[in-house]
Amino acid sequence: MHEMALCEGIRGIIQDQARAQNFSRVRRLRLEIGRFAGVQKEALAFAFDVVMRGSEAEGAELEMLDLPGRAVCYDCEAEVEIDDRFAPCPRCGGGKLMPTGGSEMRILDMEVT
Amino acid sequence: MCNVCGCGQGTVEGHSHDDSHHHHHHHGEHRDIHYGTGAAGVAVPGMSQDRLIELEADILSKNDAFAAANRTRLAATGTLALNLVSSPGSGKTSLLVRTIERLGAHPVAVIEGDQQTTNDADRIRATGAPAVQVNTGKGCHLDGQMVGHALDHLPLEQGTVLFIENVGNLVCPAGFDLGEDCKVAILSVTEGEDKPLKYPDMFTASRLALLNKTDLAPHCDVDLDLYEANLRRVNPEIEVQRVSARTGEGLDAWITWLNARLAAKQAEDTAA
Repeated sequence: MHEMALCEGIRGIIQDQARAQNFSRVRRLRLEIGRFAGVQKEALAFAFDVVMRGSEAEGAELEMLDLPGRAVCYDCEAEVEIDDRFAPCPRCGGGKLMPTGGSEMRILDMEVT
Repeated sequence: MCNVCGCGQGTVEGHSHDDSHHHHHHHGEHRDIHYGTGAAGVAVPGMSQDRLIELEADILSKNDAFAAANRTRLAATGTLALNLVSSPGSGKTSLLVRTIERLGAHPVAVIEGDQQTTNDADRIRATGAPAVQVNTGKGCHLDGQMVGHALDHLPLEQGTVLFIENVGNLVCPAGFDLGEDCKVAILSVTEGEDKPLKYPDMFTASRLALLNKTDLAPHCDVDLDLYEANLRRVNPEIEVQRVSARTGEGLDAWITWLNARLAAKQAEDTAA
């Protein structure tokens, strides 16, 4: 996807936080990435190292946590968790699922000094 | 996990302490949740302190803020903004030229996104509609800030239809809100019926799909019903229209859809 642009977003947030919360270094950063966010973790990790150079987060440890995919089934109207974008509804087997969650891309927290 | 004392499941390297240290856990919203003091539990001025800052911030929150500002700005003139997304070569610009011709005297404005060249904006300007070209350079999508800058250069009359022609790319533009009312996906029949399954996010994010170049359908063994079924498989709510920018087939229905959206938008803005 656009892992480089995402890392630029992360860098911007870190720099704002560094000013507001007065820290100079990020040791560790945890991200929450939804299953359907379209993020390739390897690409994000690579871009992270490159984009963070010269910032407070240069050399920071990056951890990515998965968030499940969620969808509403138009057949049984349940909100269900799905692993696969095209999986049938685990409750009724229906095929009309509208994704409602799993596109998250969030900075959960960071350890700073 | 507290990085100083190592409580929780994490591991801490090069750090030891006695049992009597104190630390506080603040789980307030969007603030420091976890304040670990120095190794011995004594705060020493100037000494580095590790802290855990809980953010839960969307990575794209900056983009979302620009998009929200654009949305406010567009609402002030009752402008209907459509983010046109597609693969390269789906016929977006040709369709747009025909659409502008059909809209006649109705105020229209266009933002053209491409990596390079002003070709598309030049084609739009030839219709008489104001257009701003945004070249993203290496960028694979338009973002909220780029659209904000483009809006600085576009006259928006009351009730304008603003078409934002995104960079031809079915992946990245799905994730970047520009402040539009909705996304309209354009596919050409030559791309293959499984396109929606290969790039589901874009079609899930779109309200309407225009299946373009229907005049070519007889020449390329395409099953248009299967195309539509696949679109609905990734987005049960998506509306689908079959059009041909070249022959004009289906354009009336598309213009009717545009006018209905515009009327709905104006009713919304009046109510707000």
